[in-house]
Amino acid sequence: MAIVSLREAINQAIDEEMARDERVFLMGEEVANYQGAYKVSQGLLQKWGPKRILDTPIAEAGFAGLGVGAAMVGLRPIVEFMTWNFSLVAYDQIVNNAAKMLSMSGGHFHVPIVFRGPGGAAHGLAATHSQALESIYAHIPGLKVVMPSTCKDAKGLLKTSIRDDNPIVFIESEVMYGDKGEIPDGEYTIPLGVGEVKKPGSDVTLVSWSKILAHVVWKAVDTLQEEMNISIEVIDPRTIKPMDYDLIVGSVKKTNRLVIVEEGWPFAGVGAQISHEISSRAFDYLDAPVERVTQEDVPLPYAHELELHSLPSIDKIRAAVKKVLYRD
Amino acid sequence: MNTATTFASSKQRTSRLLGLSPDTVMSWYDDMLLVRRFEEKCAQLYGMGRIMGFCHLYNGQEAVSTGAIKGAITREDYVITAYRDHGQAISKGVDPRKILAELLGKYTGTTKGKGGSMHIFDRETNFLGGHAIVGGHIPLAAGVAFAIKYREEKKVCLCFMGDGATNIGAFHEGLNLAGLWKLPVIYIIENNKYGMGTAVGRASAVEELHKKALAYNMYSEVVDGMDVLDVYKKVKAVADRAKETYEPALLEIETYRFRGHSMSDPIHGHYRSKEEVERLRKSDPIIMFGETLKEEGVATDQDFEEAEKRIKKIVDECVEFTENSPEPPLEELWKDVYMERSGA
Repeated sequence: MAIVSLREAINQAIDEEMARDERVFLMGEEVANYQGAYKVSQGLLQKWGPKRILDTPIAEAGFAGLGVGAAMVGLRPIVEFMTWNFSLVAYDQIVNNAAKMLSMSGGHFHVPIVFRGPGGAAHGLAATHSQALESIYAHIPGLKVVMPSTCKDAKGLLKTSIRDDNPIVFIESEVMYGDKGEIPDGEYTIPLGVGEVKKPGSDVTLVSWSKILAHVVWKAVDTLQEEMNISIEVIDPRTIKPMDYDLIVGSVKKTNRLVIVEEGWPFAGVGAQISHEISSRAFDYLDAPVERVTQEDVPLPYAHELELHSLPSIDKIRAAVKKVLYRD
Repeated sequence: MNTATTFASSKQRTSRLLGLSPDTVMSWYDDMLLVRRFEEKCAQLYGMGRIMGFCHLYNGQEAVSTGAIKGAITREDYVITAYRDHGQAISKGVDPRKILAELLGKYTGTTKGKGGSMHIFDRETNFLGGHAIVGGHIPLAAGVAFAIKYREEKKVCLCFMGDGATNIGAFHEGLNLAGLWKLPVIYIIENNKYGMGTAVGRASAVEELHKKALAYNMYSEVVDGMDVLDVYKKVKAVADRAKETYEPALLEIETYRFRGHSMSDPIHGHYRSKEEVERLRKSDPIIMFGETLKEEGVATDQDFEEAEKRIKKIVDECVEFTENSPEPPLEELWKDVYMERSGA
């Protein structure tokens, strides 16, 4: 086991897959000369050269579409968005071209491409630069959406994503790039669509992913255990689509209570979909209505206190867990 | 004078067949005629309610697909286009029976009835669609060309678009990348004077659309889209060069849409006059090419009559094939949404 940062884990995944498959290349804003806006691609230009590590102009629709076209005829691009916020100007390319190509071409052409970069809020970046957009991508048939919360998962899932024959939306977190974690030595991959019980528990099932899990949920879980002896089973789906419903259903059948914590907005959020699936498949097992903790349904403000008040917090998560236990 | 709606007569334009063999030029005549008669059959079937949705016909623009695709490039080269795609697919060699079957939503169609008129695809002939979001395919073409260069192949990608597509962001981002990275793609504007019902001058600050290439350091040229030989000659020059040097180009091919924007639209309506349509229909690219062939002693009226019979037989076969084809089975609904192969 080695200890690496999240940016190193992602860098290793890209580097190893480029060594494995010469069709893989990386492009995006500042990925080459600058070594990555968040230094994720550090050293890759020096190792692989400008043919396979390409700085693009600030033109997300252009380079996302270029990636789709290259993938249609056999290359396997990794397209970095400096943040997923900027993917919105490439939304047509991702939704209409990447996601639908296989179906609309009747199976003639597929698009093996990974779109990746950080999503969600950092600190004080305000409404346009702080969005958790997984639900709008998970909504689209043809896309898979992957969101790791650990270094180990990030590397294994990204390697799998690069080898997958479908278009992948791989959402990281800017504030996690410096997080350290253990990764296995040598080659490993993690399958998409398979969640993981990150901590077994008996009282409440809590589903969360990515940065909110890594930076917020764990603190709430620890304090609830220490202060109130509440045993929480924490599930990280790791892949938002396809969602590992079976894992969640199995856990809820054991704990009879479910809390879903996500950074995105509440309306038509990922948690709403999970909640529906549970009410459909495990209704008789529930001892309380499913609780969701989401961002408030507002554009995220800049001012620090307003920002904190809008996002999922330890206090909100504690309140939700206590509510499903009727201990509020 | 409005140059956008004026064409020189064929006799002034060309009297030579560029050293091409009679068989070659007659095969082009057949190709143009097939596109025309195929589209007329589509219009008929649309009128009968057999073709659903949007259906954009290519009548009047046949010299473009024939000259550029059947003439100037090979089967290994790529073609990607917008929604007015039947003609380009036929010229690329896509089986017209499968195209018609697709239009009627049959399982034997080019995409098993998944795409319809606006989304013709065919891997076998490197026909990459059929794209219905205006301009959305223009960056894709840059990507196809990127892959050609990445693999150091001697191929080219032709990317067709309408005049209306030159105003959307994807056009500018795609051309900038192609120009910046020197990608072997030939962007072809089929300037048929109107984006749906909006004249070029009412939509673009620059009416001479080829000038947009200047912003992307890209070679450009104006082409007479009613003259299949001019289309062939100019597309071939830039396509051949792209295969050697990876230099992209932008061609503005002046053409005219003899019918409405789609089958749901009138042929003239409020946005263009009946007189304009009648005048420009006199520049019919098939008739003019036929005249050239006669003047050059390659064909006689009898040859054209025989061509009509040959083409009618093909179109009849398309109809027969389609009528005898099954609807897609319901289980097809869930197929081709995801590729099965997962990475791990």
